[in-house]
Amino acid sequence: MLHTVNKSPHDSSSLRTCLSLAKPGSDLLLIEDGVYGALSGSIHSDTIAERLNSVTIYALGPDLKARGISEDRLISGIKVTGYDGFVELASGNDKVQSWL
Amino acid sequence: MSETKKFMYVNRHAPYGTVYALEGLEVVLIGAAFEQDVSMAFIGDGVFQLKQGQDTADSDMKNFSPAYRALGDYEVNCLYVERESLEERGLNEDDLMPLTWEDEDDDWAEKKSIHIVSRAQLSDLLEEQDVILNF
Repeated sequence: MLHTVNKSPHDSSSLRTCLSLAKPGSDLLLIEDGVYGALSGSIHSDTIAERLNSVTIYALGPDLKARGISEDRLISGIKVTGYDGFVELASGNDKVQSWL
Repeated sequence: MSETKKFMYVNRHAPYGTVYALEGLEVVLIGAAFEQDVSMAFIGDGVFQLKQGQDTADSDMKNFSPAYRALGDYEVNCLYVERESLEERGLNEDDLMPLTWEDEDDDWAEKKSIHIVSRAQLSDLLEEQDVILNF
């Protein structure tokens, strides 16, 4: 299953709830303000990094760029993808769960 | 002339994901014409509004971050950023845009607009205001 999160982890429980319910082998794509969850060194970074061995986590490149977040500031192991990758993740998974 | 009041605009939202940041900035720039004592506070996700290097070329949105540089010309030259909010988000002062203003009472010296303050200091600043507007 593909999970998408579009809210900042500092402003909403979406990311925390998603990470607590996502099965191993799931994909998680951070989009819009959700990309703030990919920043290393934040109070949420450890919680997110802990799930990286079972959930593949992506952040949408154009949304990172808009917010001035360069790839070297991301939690190690988070992959950056573009709109084309978003489409591939959506079509490659049987379901999409959008955590709004 | 009416008495000058202390106005503080409190910004708590990240840019782009919602319209709060852009609307708030526009209200500050409009309000600056009324010659009040205006300051801005950035707390919580509001600190992301001042992040350096915003570039919306790939995402089809308006990059309004350069407009913060105009604040100094509108005599909005006190931008208080809460240190704890930066730290909780893995950011520090160097991540923020280098915003400045020119002090006409000091031979147009260029001065920093951004002041990093503690949560306790910000609490005191809020208490000093006559009017507080939240975005």
